[in-house]
Amino acid sequence: MADSWRQPRRLLLLGLGGLTVFFLMVPTLVVVPMSFTASNALTFPPEGLSLRWYEKMLTDRQWSTGFVNSAQVAIVTAVASTILGTLAALGTVRGRFPGRNATQALILSPLIVPVIIIAIGMFSVFVRWKVAGSLPGLVLAHTALAVPFVVVNVAASLRTVDRNLELAAQSLGASPVRTFRRITLPLILPGVLAGGLFAFITSWDEVVVSIFLTSARFRTLPVEMWEQVRQVVDPTVAAVATTLLVVTTTVLLLAFVVRRQAPAR
Amino acid sequence: MTTESGRRPRGGGPIFNRWALLAVPPIAFLLAFFVIPLIVVSLRSVTDFPKPTADTLANYARFFASAANLRVLGNTFWIAALSTVVCLALGYPYAYLMSIVRPRLAGLLLIAVLLPFWSSLLVRTYAWQVILRDTGIINTFLLDARVIEEPIPLIRTTLGVMLGMSQILLPFMVLPIYAVMRRIDPEYTRAAANLGAPPFAAFRRVFLPLSLPGVLAGCLLVFVLALGFYITPALLGSPKDTMISQFIASAVQQRLDWGIGSTMAVILMGVTLAVLLIASRFVRLRDAFGSLEEA
Repeated sequence: MADSWRQPRRLLLLGLGGLTVFFLMVPTLVVVPMSFTASNALTFPPEGLSLRWYEKMLTDRQWSTGFVNSAQVAIVTAVASTILGTLAALGTVRGRFPGRNATQALILSPLIVPVIIIAIGMFSVFVRWKVAGSLPGLVLAHTALAVPFVVVNVAASLRTVDRNLELAAQSLGASPVRTFRRITLPLILPGVLAGGLFAFITSWDEVVVSIFLTSARFRTLPVEMWEQVRQVVDPTVAAVATTLLVVTTTVLLLAFVVRRQAPAR
Repeated sequence: MTTESGRRPRGGGPIFNRWALLAVPPIAFLLAFFVIPLIVVSLRSVTDFPKPTADTLANYARFFASAANLRVLGNTFWIAALSTVVCLALGYPYAYLMSIVRPRLAGLLLIAVLLPFWSSLLVRTYAWQVILRDTGIINTFLLDARVIEEPIPLIRTTLGVMLGMSQILLPFMVLPIYAVMRRIDPEYTRAAANLGAPPFAAFRRVFLPLSLPGVLAGCLLVFVLALGFYITPALLGSPKDTMISQFIASAVQQRLDWGIGSTMAVILMGVTLAVLLIASRFVRLRDAFGSLEEA
């Protein structure tokens, strides 16, 4: 079909595509070289090269504790939402029960409900439950936001599982639990792991709910960045932005690789 | 099917099986930590009042009595609509390109959409701020080149908000359109060409109508998500570009007026649901959300 297109039109389309890729990627990437500037101001191209703003990020207590807090919250969130999301996927893909469609909608709804509403809702409830402004509170919140991504990934790999393999195992005498552990779980594992990595990213980059559920004593890196971005124009923010991007991109690429390991569809 | 326990009513599958039990913990979790907070917000809109009143709808009356509130609501719709148009204009050709090039290139184009899709919204908005502000990359360059005498206003403008929002939302347009386009059998357009249709006519009369479900799904996703934007308009827009999420945040955080904050939250939620409900008559919501599995 592509051949039937006259050349100029195809070139135009390719050019447009190139511009769109530029628009999607390049504006974000400008902060990377700028974070290595040696001067006190953010300039492009950067004046001189240095790591001083990274050094400041690592030595400044607010930034460094923000980094540690973010990592802790994201790791615990990833584990919690992987477990809950995998259960939810098994229950809604394999399960038969009245209200199954409504349940699937409920599980995906954190993706579509405006995040500010989730934020003020969780804030007003978590304050009463005394979990606002702490690690457990933030983990609970992020887990609710991250579960849908795990469910989507696990459900996708679950649908590719050949049920005959499970039936074969059972007809050979394996118990349902053993069948799940030895047959189903290994087959859906790439989806489960990829889902967990996406959950990590969801938590790692989350800002709006975190703004409401953190306190001056317990802040994550994106919240610290949100506080500073509106006041100071210090290149440290560029270093923090670059750090956030590098972690996200690494985990994301890992997720893509893991998902590739899925059995042939 | 034979191994699944559960009663099987005549003529249908089992109404209940053991797998369903696995869904109980996640459902309980979401009810406790997601649904209850939403219910509490809704209740606060009819129970939290700055001054004691017998009128349960006092907050709603207060909201609709203020011209500023209505302006923000209207502006939220306007910005969401603009973002949808910009994303469609950029996203349709892009998805089309993905559907006609060789698989390898299509894969690269997909990654170019997915990398930004997953990277921090705050970081991306911050980057636009660095580019657009008065001492930012564009203005510094133009000033140094003596093209302009004074910085041109880029940040704190609707243009700035549009650049940021459409860049962030573009993947939500591309993915559903591409998912639908990929399922269009190339034989159809080939048949049109064989019957003498010039390439553009074959595209317009055959391919374009077949791709419309994806277009509708993409527009729905982008519009609905744009309605709830907070960070980007807050950092790139002027007070004139204020969206309702910002109003909700400032009502709750600065004015501590939970009554009006939760009322606006309910209105935003209602608008979002109404859009989804109306759209579900024309769009298969599965087209919209299913395509995100790609991501």
